[in-house]
Amino acid sequence: MSKTIVSRLKRFGAAVAMLAAGAAGAAQADTIKVGIIGPYSGPFALQGKNFQAGVEAYLAQNGKNVAGHTIEIVYRDLPGANPQQARALAQELIVREKVQYLGGVYFTPDALAITPLLEQANVPLVIFNAATSAIMNSSPLVVRTSFTTAQTTTPLGKAAIERGTKKFITVVSDYGPGIDAENAFKKAIEAAGGQVAESIRMPMTTNEFSPIMQRVRGAGVEGLFAFLPSGPPTLGFVKAFNDAGLRQAGIRFFSTGDLTQESDLPALGEAASGMLTGFHYAVSHDSAVNRAFVEAAGKALGDVNQLSFPAVGAYDGMRVIAKMIEATAGKQEAAKAVAAVKGMAWESPRGPVKIDAETRHITQTIYLREVAKDATGKWINKEIQSFPEQGDPGLAK
Amino acid sequence: MITFFSIAVDAVAYGMALFIICIGLSLMMGLMRVVNLAHGAFAMIGGYLASYATMQLGFGYFAGIALAVLGTVLIALPLEPLLYRRIYGKPELMQVLMTVGIAFAAIGIVNYLMGPTLKTIPLPPILATPVDIGFRSIAGHRLFVIASGIVVVAALWIAIEYTTLGIKLRAAIEKPDMARALGVRTNAYFLGCYVVATALAAFGGAVGAEFLPIEPFYALRYIVTFLVVVSVGGAGSIVGSLLACLLLGAIDVTGRYLVPDFGNFFFYLCVIVVIFAYPNGLMGRAR
Repeated sequence: MSKTIVSRLKRFGAAVAMLAAGAAGAAQADTIKVGIIGPYSGPFALQGKNFQAGVEAYLAQNGKNVAGHTIEIVYRDLPGANPQQARALAQELIVREKVQYLGGVYFTPDALAITPLLEQANVPLVIFNAATSAIMNSSPLVVRTSFTTAQTTTPLGKAAIERGTKKFITVVSDYGPGIDAENAFKKAIEAAGGQVAESIRMPMTTNEFSPIMQRVRGAGVEGLFAFLPSGPPTLGFVKAFNDAGLRQAGIRFFSTGDLTQESDLPALGEAASGMLTGFHYAVSHDSAVNRAFVEAAGKALGDVNQLSFPAVGAYDGMRVIAKMIEATAGKQEAAKAVAAVKGMAWESPRGPVKIDAETRHITQTIYLREVAKDATGKWINKEIQSFPEQGDPGLAK
Repeated sequence: MITFFSIAVDAVAYGMALFIICIGLSLMMGLMRVVNLAHGAFAMIGGYLASYATMQLGFGYFAGIALAVLGTVLIALPLEPLLYRRIYGKPELMQVLMTVGIAFAAIGIVNYLMGPTLKTIPLPPILATPVDIGFRSIAGHRLFVIASGIVVVAALWIAIEYTTLGIKLRAAIEKPDMARALGVRTNAYFLGCYVVATALAAFGGAVGAEFLPIEPFYALRYIVTFLVVVSVGGAGSIVGSLLACLLLGAIDVTGRYLVPDFGNFFFYLCVIVVIFAYPNGLMGRAR
């Protein structure tokens, strides 16, 4: 009985507080526009849909009102890595749509094309995905809520050595994040007393991996580390690993979570079973916050099986943007907004996270995960070890 | 030597998968003079249908592929009298515009109906296990793809070169007016050729799914590769297409094994050299 009274009082109190805040803000109640750039069409449309799902999940849970200001989202479609178009879209959002905040951005080159605009336009950019360390150095008005390749790869190297694999071959896609992954893994392995015998960089357009697997077999190693950006080729890569008989030969397969994102697991299934990956978010992460997030984002997507990691970057990115709006009382003051989120800490669907005050990159727990079946027979990334409070080793001087 | 054989096996398997998909395009471009950029879309539809039949409806691998070929032909059949018949003999730009439009429409519809995620076609145990062929092990489905390619080559070659059907088809294509005057039903032969090309695309899309995964942008992602094969082989030539596929497959696979960092350099270098020496393709006829 007393319990319900207390909860009613609490709710009443909350309502009063909201009204008071509304009255205080009424004088300046307005609409604040947030421009979000992502791939909503084309080959990466699924990742863009996940951006949108993350944003909508946040707004559904927290409402569109922040301290009396209404958030309005303006989406802009950028189907592939295209710096010129990214710059043009950002300019259009700033000049014509008069957005106060920019968010999104799936690819590193696009992010690097946008960051030179920020200071002049007095607009902060919150990156939901692009994962190259160097982006943070390009402007003081960038904040990142995703991850970097170095961040997810470094603990994986350590875990691999701990599990008794000492001699490796690395195979990565030949572009920025791939080379980041190769370097970070090599560094982590060598620091822990292991050895990378050979490194292969393959062109991004590769779709026949059998010859590469023959090379892996010929290298006489115990473990393979691979990085490919999430997408159709990862399926062929994992299958080729099995087809070449490398799994039977006892070679262990390590990679970042890009290769086993949840939306691809039904297709990979048995072929990926037992693969070890290092990543910041698994849809199966066991926490109340994550369960609520998965439900809300699944609803926004229409099919929870299409939920993948870009959604959580967008979800947390919206939280950061909301905090910025609150801290500047709705005014367009980019430097003050960014200063307000430095050191900001909260419970994310991926676990406890914090915006590092110095680098403006997210500090978070990186998990070692194994591809396995859950109780209902669905393939998941099962978290088996965690490395808390990982910063970005790629930014450490 | 063992490395050589090891690379050769992969090269032949990859080349055969390319061949099964590309030969239909080569027939349409060479015999019917239609630049059919929607060919990749038909391969994609075949792959999606095979995946749907095996994953959702629970058919076996071989039944799934048969259904996929049948289904794709049924979907593509009305397009011939409705759309394709209007562009026979028309300028190539018109053909390109219309067929690329069909490809985009197919991408949109397939994504809407089947969803944007990757699709697989589960292999039966007999094809899924690696087979030990002495010096290395090779996936069973690669042997199946090689065998399928050989059957397709033989069947097409015999049908076009040695049967009455083939003779009338070639007549209908070379001199349509004269053939019609001699009582050959040219429209029927064109339709037949179109159906065979589509069926091969669907078959190739389904059996080649292990090399070229079934995904939303399949229809556009690989069309460049398919066109390259046709132009290197010579449009309309079965043997030329086969040679082109084996050659390009071998260059691609060898390059990737020995110098992966060079990427597609050797592939395109080979294309440039062949086109320079044989402007009409390896076995193409001058127009």
